[in-house]
Formats: sequence, structure tokens, C-alpha cells
Amino acid sequence: MQTFDLEADGLRALNETLQAQVQTTNETAWDVINPRGSHAIAVGLDAPIEVTVNGSTGYYCAGMNQQATVHVKGNVGPGAAENMMSGKLIVDGDASQYAGATGHGGLLVIKGNASSRCGISMKGIDIVVGGNVGHMSAFMAQAGHLVVCGDAGDALGDSIYEAQLFVRGSVKSLGADCIEKEMRPEHIAKLTELLEAAGMDADPADFKRYGSARQLYNFNIDNAY
Amino acid sequence: MAKDDKTAPQTLPRYSNTFTPEVNAEIRRAASTGIYDIRGGGAKRKVPHFDDLVFLGASMSRYPLEGYREKCETSVTLGTRFAKKPIELKIPITIAGMSFGALSAQAKEALGRGASMAGTSTTTGDGGMTPEERGQSERLVYQYLPSRYGMNPVDLRKADAIEVVVGQGAKPGGGGMLLGQKISDRVAEMRTLPKGIDQRSACRHPDWTGPDDLEIKILELREITNWEKPIYVKVGAARPFFDTTLAVKAGADVVVIDGMQGGTAATQDVFIEHVGIPTLACIREAVAALQELNMHREVQLIVSGGIRSGADVAKALALGADAVSIGTAAMIALGDNDPKWEAEYQALGSTAGAYDDWHEGRDPAGISTQDPELAKRLDPVEAGRRLNNYLKVMTLEAQTLARACGKNHVLNLEPEDLQALTVEAAAMAKVPLAGTTWIPGQGGM
Repeated sequence: MQTFDLEADGLRALNETLQAQVQTTNETAWDVINPRGSHAIAVGLDAPIEVTVNGSTGYYCAGMNQQATVHVKGNVGPGAAENMMSGKLIVDGDASQYAGATGHGGLLVIKGNASSRCGISMKGIDIVVGGNVGHMSAFMAQAGHLVVCGDAGDALGDSIYEAQLFVRGSVKSLGADCIEKEMRPEHIAKLTELLEAAGMDADPADFKRYGSARQLYNFNIDNAY
Repeated sequence: MAKDDKTAPQTLPRYSNTFTPEVNAEIRRAASTGIYDIRGGGAKRKVPHFDDLVFLGASMSRYPLEGYREKCETSVTLGTRFAKKPIELKIPITIAGMSFGALSAQAKEALGRGASMAGTSTTTGDGGMTPEERGQSERLVYQYLPSRYGMNPVDLRKADAIEVVVGQGAKPGGGGMLLGQKISDRVAEMRTLPKGIDQRSACRHPDWTGPDDLEIKILELREITNWEKPIYVKVGAARPFFDTTLAVKAGADVVVIDGMQGGTAATQDVFIEHVGIPTLACIREAVAALQELNMHREVQLIVSGGIRSGADVAKALALGADAVSIGTAAMIALGDNDPKWEAEYQALGSTAGAYDDWHEGRDPAGISTQDPELAKRLDPVEAGRRLNNYLKVMTLEAQTLARACGKNHVLNLEPEDLQALTVEAAAMAKVPLAGTTWIPGQGGM
């Protein structure tokens, strides 16, 4: 286990060190202490390493991650795991706005709640939230899965494309072109897989599925108001 | 006199200056279709522009440089503020962002070829980076857009600079729409969306709002790319003084300001013609912001929107820009709107020189299309050569004007070398009305 004191050694040194790890590195376990809400912690990683951040982070923790598993023992600020390509971000606490924004792949697990616009423009990432998500979550969501074990706020899935949403609790309102859809066996199977991967104790049978009605896919003046 | 006496003096039919035939046609079209007009390109209305400025040249108090013998440098370095690897350009003219999707792969390749031959950069667009474009572009700027279509860290690191797009001149505050007919399998895959659907590009970024957030976003991009890449911030011309100030505050290495004549692949005509300000009106304001921050030349300014000739380049530089960017002009150099396709333009209800339905994907010149048969019409090698020729001519023209003003580098041109032909241009460019010392809004007589 390598320990990195962010307060003493600085952000640049941390990211440079972690980004320098290659596919075959032996130094696979990294412990970051004193994060103190710093922005852009562990961004742009591209190796199968495990980074534990002992405390809360600012904006864009694990941004554009590839391969790495980042575990935050605290809360994360806006844009956690933004544009993640692969790997994992596990957040023990809550997440601020735009968690998982535009993510192309990998798994984002938020054990607490996520604020507004969770999964905005997601492009293939899987997101599992233990608690609730705020308004406009999965806005313009293109691909991937958003699992919400609690409730969803206003306008869930507004202008959604092909992403699939699973919510166990209530949905305050659905956004434009987002509808409830039939939960078929393949969806139960996928949801089961995601809950297991995230370590969430929830029964897939309790969830409802939401997705695109595909009525906005081609421009229609009657939808333009 | 008999009422039907055709030989009697009569009032001529008189068109309204308000309800012109063009306006009436648009009213009839709107009434018939129920949809606003979407088109490509920039503002077509007449606005004060570089044509309204003239260089004073040398005279008793200034001496010129010899036309072909004395050196007049054209190189420019972008990204000197923070980036470890600034971009070195041989000419102060860059190619603006245009997406693969809006343009064919052949057109993107041609832009890369032409720009590389001329020693300048080209820019990706909404939809990601194609291997053709990267392969043919010695200097490639990667746009970071609200949609983040195709965005990934591998391509980000392959780029020579990153341009965070806040807005563009054709539609400050607007998003985009790539209509389904241009969404081929390849375009769909790059954007992670189904084939054939109309693809919206968001009008604002998904994970930041405002300059304080942008500062953190730029920090993240620098951390991911080892602080190597120059970071540009591109804005549509609206509030150039404040936008420039805030872009610098957010940490930009380069500010790009795109005037209302700057083109788009597809937007509502009402947006293009009625939102934003002319290119001429934003340069001095942006420069004033940089000067106030003591950042002029430290943070470079690129100006775009209606740049057509070396004269336009020289005038933009004289007003304080470090470089210009061209989009529409580059497309024309490749072959867009060429009269040789007149019969086909007419079949599409347009004419060469006026064709702007770029969003429909039926471009006879094979440029703004994804139709493989049409796209094949554009030879990327030949089109790249034409673009290089055009860039060379523009550069020679700019040098000619700079030498006439006694400058041994085009960046040494200055506002004092210019006067304006109209009151409006004098006010916007903040140079005297020709033959006077009067700059409207700044006193003098």
C-alpha cells in the first residue's frame, strides 16, 4: 500500500504519479490522505489500480477514469466520475450535482444520495445510487443504466435516449419523453447484476423501469414549445 | 380619363421596405409548414464589417517595407500562459471547428491536409475526433463541447490543444441539431446514439455552470493532460469585454471570439440573424479586457466570423487579435457552393453561392453530407491543396498590407494603421472616421 498525503505533496504530484502507473504495475493499492475537498483528485487514470481517498472530495473526482477503482470514504463534489470510460468509483457518502455526467462506461456506486442531474448525458456508464437522486437526473441520457434505490426528483429522464432507468421508490415526475416501461426478465437480470456489483441489498422485483417513448427522436414542431 | 387607359400615367407597383418579397415569402413558407426555417451558415444580413475599414499605409511620417524583399513575419504562438507545449503556427489563420457528421470524412481530411501544408491548425467539432482528421492534421485542436459526443481521454491526449466551447457566433446561447438524414452508422456510433434520429447538442455544459466552475473544469482538463495542452475558451460574440475577462479568470490560455457572421451546420434562421453582435464590434472590447488584465499577448485572442481575405486578417490583427479562424471560407475553398454544381443546387431550390441547407445532407459538392456517393465527389488531396493555396494567398495579402504600413511582423499592425469609412464601423472598431480624428463615443472631432 502506497500512501499519498495530498496536503503535503499536492494535486499535480498525485495525479502525475497515479497516471504513470501502467497495466502491469505492482503498486496497485494507493491510499490518499488529507483530500480536504480538493478538486480533480485521481483524474485521467488508466491502469488497474485501487485508490482509496480517505475523506471528501471536490469537483470531478475520478474524472475520465479508465480501469482504476477509486473508493471515496466520504462525500464527492460535483461531476464525480464525469466522462468515466471504465473502472469504478465507489462513494461511501453522498454525491453533489452531475454525478457520472457523460460517462461512457464503468460503474459508479453512490451509497448515499445523489443531487440533481445525476447521470446527465450518460453514454454507457452504469450508476447505482443507494439513496435518492435529485431533479433532472438522466437528462438526455443516451446509454447505460441508472439504478435508484430510493426516490427520484422532478423530471426524471427528460429527453432521454436509450439509457435504462430503474427506480425502487417514488418518482416525483417524469421528464419529456420518459415513460414507465415493462420490466421483462432481461431487465430483472440486468438489474440483479448491477445491484450485486454495487453491493446493494435490494430486491429487483421492487423496482420499476423507465425509458424513452422515442417520440422526440425526430423533430416535430408540436414538440417544440 | 378612362380607368382602363393603359397609356395614362400610373403609380408604379411599390414593394414595402418592411414587407419585402423575401419577408413575404418567409411568411408564406411558415404559414404553409408550421416550422421555423433551419439552415446552415452565419448571419446573411449586412452588418458593419472589415470592408468598412481601410489601412492608411505609409506616408511622410511612416516608411513602408519593400514589397517582396524585406521580411514580414507571420508566425504566431498560441498557449503561452500555462501550457507546457504551446502551438506554433506559421500563419495567423486557423481552421475553425466543424464536426465530422456535419461534414463528410473527406472534407475533414481535406481541412487537415490543407491546414498542415500551410503550417496551421485545424479543429474537430461536435462528434469527436476521426483518425482521418488526426492523421492529416499536424496541429489539431480538440473541441470540448456540451454534448461531449465521442469525448474520451485518449483522444484528448492526442490533441495539440483543447477548445472549451461555450458558444458560437451563429447562435450564442443555442445548442445544435444534426438531423437524422446525416446520421450514418459511423456518425451514430461515434455519438453513442441510434442511427437516423435527430441529434440534439445541448446548449450548455452538463457538469459546470459559470466561470467559477469553468476554472475547476479547466484544472481537471489540465490534470488529465499533464498541463501540456493549450486550453482555448470559445464564446459567441455577445458581451466580449466581460466574456473575455471571465475566460481569463477561468484560466484560458487562448480566448476565441466568434462573431455573428460565423457559420453553423444547422440552426434556426431567426437565431442566426438576431442573436449576437458583428465580428467587428467585439475585437476592441476583447482586447480592452485583456489589456485591463495586463494579459494582451499573454493570453492570445483568436477572432472568427466572416474572415474572407488577407485584408480581413490584417484588419483583425491590427485591432489586436493574435490570429483569426475561418470556417465558411475554408468550405468554399474546398469547393462548397461552386457554380459547377449549379444545376444540382437549382434542383434543391437554391443556387450556387446561396446554398445553405447544409443540415439536409444533400450537398452536391460532397462537403456537408454523409451520403457516400456525394462525399466521394470531394477528393481530399485536391481539396486540401486548394485550401492551402487559399491560406497562402490570404497570408501574402496580409503581409502586403503589413509591409505597406511599415511592419516587419503582421502582429505589429495596430489600430493607428486604420480608419473607418462609416460612422458605425468607426464606433465598433474604435478607429477614427476617415479624414477626421473622430471616434464615435470617444470624443475628438
